Amino acid sequence: MIIAFALFALLVYAGLCVTALRRHSALAARIGAALLAACVVGSLVLGRRADAEEWTWGWVPPLNLNIHLALDDFAVAMVCLVAGLGALVLWYSVDYFADHRAYTQFVGLFMAFAVAMLGLVLSADLFSMFVFWELTSVISFLLIGMNDESASARSAALRALLVTGAGGLCLLIGVTLFQVSTGSSAFGVLAEVDQGGAMFTTAAMFAMVGALTKSAQFPFHFWLPGAMSAPTPVSAYLHSATMVKAGIVLMARLSPAITDVSVWRWAAVLLGGITMVLGGVRALRQVDTKLLLAHSTVSQLGFLTVLVGMGNPVALYAGVAHLVAHAVFKAGLFMSVGIVDHEAGSRDIRVLSGVGKQLPVIAILTAISAASMAGVMPFLGFATKEKALATLIDGASGDDSRATVALVFVVIGAVLSAAYSVRLVRGLFAVKKGVPATQIHHAPAVGLVAPMALTVVVTVVAGLAAGWWGTLMKPVAQSLNAEATGKLALWPGFNSALVVSILVLIAGGVLGWRIPVEPKWPTLRISGERIFQSVYEGVLSFCAHVTRYSQSGSLSAYNVAVMVMVVLAVGIPVTGLIGDVSGDVVIADSVAQVAMVVLAASFALGAARTQRRFAAALLLGGLGFACAVIFALFGAPDVALTQLLVECLVIVVLLLVVRQMPRRFPSEISWIPRSLRLVVSIAVGLVMATFALMTSLSRNAPSVGDEYLVRSKPEGAGSNVVNVILVDFRGTDTLGEVIVLLVAGIGIVNLVRMAQRRRREDPDKIEMAEVGE
Amino acid sequence: MKPLHSLILDEAERWLFRVILLVSLYFTVRGHNAPGGGFIGGLVAGAAFTLRHLTGLSSEEDLCGRLRPTMLLGLGALVAIVTAMVPLFVGDTLLESAVWSGDLPIVGEFKVVSAAIFDTGVYLVVLGVILTILLALGGTEDTTDGDNGEDTSDSRGVVS
Repeated sequence: MIIAFALFALLVYAGLCVTALRRHSALAARIGAALLAACVVGSLVLGRRADAEEWTWGWVPPLNLNIHLALDDFAVAMVCLVAGLGALVLWYSVDYFADHRAYTQFVGLFMAFAVAMLGLVLSADLFSMFVFWELTSVISFLLIGMNDESASARSAALRALLVTGAGGLCLLIGVTLFQVSTGSSAFGVLAEVDQGGAMFTTAAMFAMVGALTKSAQFPFHFWLPGAMSAPTPVSAYLHSATMVKAGIVLMARLSPAITDVSVWRWAAVLLGGITMVLGGVRALRQVDTKLLLAHSTVSQLGFLTVLVGMGNPVALYAGVAHLVAHAVFKAGLFMSVGIVDHEAGSRDIRVLSGVGKQLPVIAILTAISAASMAGVMPFLGFATKEKALATLIDGASGDDSRATVALVFVVIGAVLSAAYSVRLVRGLFAVKKGVPATQIHHAPAVGLVAPMALTVVVTVVAGLAAGWWGTLMKPVAQSLNAEATGKLALWPGFNSALVVSILVLIAGGVLGWRIPVEPKWPTLRISGERIFQSVYEGVLSFCAHVTRYSQSGSLSAYNVAVMVMVVLAVGIPVTGLIGDVSGDVVIADSVAQVAMVVLAASFALGAARTQRRFAAALLLGGLGFACAVIFALFGAPDVALTQLLVECLVIVVLLLVVRQMPRRFPSEISWIPRSLRLVVSIAVGLVMATFALMTSLSRNAPSVGDEYLVRSKPEGAGSNVVNVILVDFRGTDTLGEVIVLLVAGIGIVNLVRMAQRRRREDPDKIEMAEVGE
Repeated sequence: MKPLHSLILDEAERWLFRVILLVSLYFTVRGHNAPGGGFIGGLVAGAAFTLRHLTGLSSEEDLCGRLRPTMLLGLGALVAIVTAMVPLFVGDTLLESAVWSGDLPIVGEFKVVSAAIFDTGVYLVVLGVILTILLALGGTEDTTDGDNGEDTSDSRGVVS
């Protein structure tokens, strides 16, 4: 209950940021950071309780759809990560944005994102995770496109939304299949059910596709570098520390449930491994340090996917520990790039030179974070990567083929990550020959440096006290899988993992140092980005084609289409009825009826034949009046009266319109041949006449009319049964019609206003547009 | 095209307008027991305004005075929806009719059905739509727009 309340309070606060506090964004951000910090403390306090905090709300109980939040140890760790880093980034953003025009919007969205992300990590049920998952996608879209005057930012935001949105749909399919095959989508239940079925496997694979898109894994990795058009605080929070971890969190949550699905395990190892290498190689060729970090994040996420997804409990432990380590050092690195960008006006390694001398503190802090990323002793990244290597070497020396494959990928990935760490630090801070020294305009504000320094403190303290940190991580991993245990160590002892690690660092260091600023490597012809782009454009042009062929804009084409449909849809069932006719065909009751029908028919023929618009309008009106008389002759005064009145108004309206058009119809009224129009018209007439005849002749249930006649007086208190039907028996229909009229009226008003406004703004342009139409 | 000003039409409109409106109310009120009702009443009232429109009084002030067609639309829909929903709150089904009858000194015995209120809503909405259409069709005399005198396209006519 407390967690639901806290989430709700944070959401309300997010709303306040853009309403009551919109003129005090800096204050709003500081309070928001304090609230998030309070969440960290709160979750630690609540997490120490014996019985885990839980909250369930039955959203659609018959479908077993629940929002189920639970604060187990893994959730506590994730909440600390999400809320803690959120607090730091929000604090950092105050000085970063200063007077950015969209800062108010940023603070509100940031808080809303934090709520969605907290909900995601707290979810104990796949369905509720899906709901928060989609929320993070949408808010991420808004944050990436924050610089909405930049076309590239907008298209990057759209691409990220489409990729993660498509992944979200896959996850939804997964959730549904889990529900169907096991009757539940709660992680706890999924872990205990029989996993043999093909449907379970399919569900798991769909969920994995969702995870792969969200965590930017091959072949969906391309959206993440694109998302770097977001402001740096957004990248630091969403695209390194939190949102992209959602896929890892999902896999970690599902991991114990999917012990038997080997294809799932292999997919995680292979795709994660490929992503790790691909991201690493791409990071090495970037000259924009922020993009370098983006690709390194892709690579590190691949590492996490391998560890969490491969199905080895100890690797799961290492994965969880590295997840935390990565979030901490990567957020710090993004903040560092942001500071350099902010103070030096560039983050391009071709332009920067000698920044380290002028910003020594930043340089040292960055170097520590980067060392943690590379896996250098004594920082946290070393301990976690060491644990992963040791586990994989153990598995490979045993009989675990997945561990062997994973080990190969991880070693290559580790070399690359050491290399791009070197490239990053050197590119940002080193003095380069031939490049003029960068001017630093002013020293970075405390509000920028302090949050970054705090992440470094965590990296260093946790790295030095790796043993203690490892015991903290143990319950976290065990709340996912009881067998997931292990320990971290500052000095693991001189074993094979340490030897590999040292070799990796040497190779990576040399590689990073030797790679030119702009390596001339061939680029791949086929990339996920290009495939996405061609699919995206293909869909759009396909839609354009369909629209072009189906929406010709020709009134006669539309009319013919509608009428042919009437002939087919009414004609086919009616011909089936011709056989079972009961009752006699009465041609007419009186001479007057015959006379009126003849009159109506001649009006109709006249309207079709005349060349003058004015005459056509009048003849149509005459047809309507003749019909009204026919209704009256049949003893339906209400219908006749209505018909008469409507006809009066229609004539006036038609004449008012016709008055402004040429007197005569054009000689060629339509591109559809006259003979075809004639055939269609006659067919419609015949079908409708037969329809009317058949429906009255083949009645097989008593008419409701008799019943209404009896009920009208006692129940509706009225003797005009037509009116009682309208306002009482079928009153809901009338209510619907009232609303249709209302909508039509509002539509007309808006069309008129729009035309007036367009005309006022630019008369000439409208002229052209009307001619064009 | 010059507007045709007919003195007879103008004079007739002066009193016909009121009579037709009265007739429209009569149709609406008696609708429950004899031909008529809110829909027909609304159409008759619309006819009154159409007549006035034909005499050349086509701007919003001339045609409707202080009435706002959009307000009529909204008010009518509100009346209809509220009358439809009131029975829900007293435990009946949607649109359940209630009948009040009584005896007044001069009028004599009378009977009011809640459906009549619903019908009033229909009346207002129908009238509102007709007024909206009339206003959208623009003035009877105003086809010139200053910039282009010989314009005859119908899209022009939508704009008043």
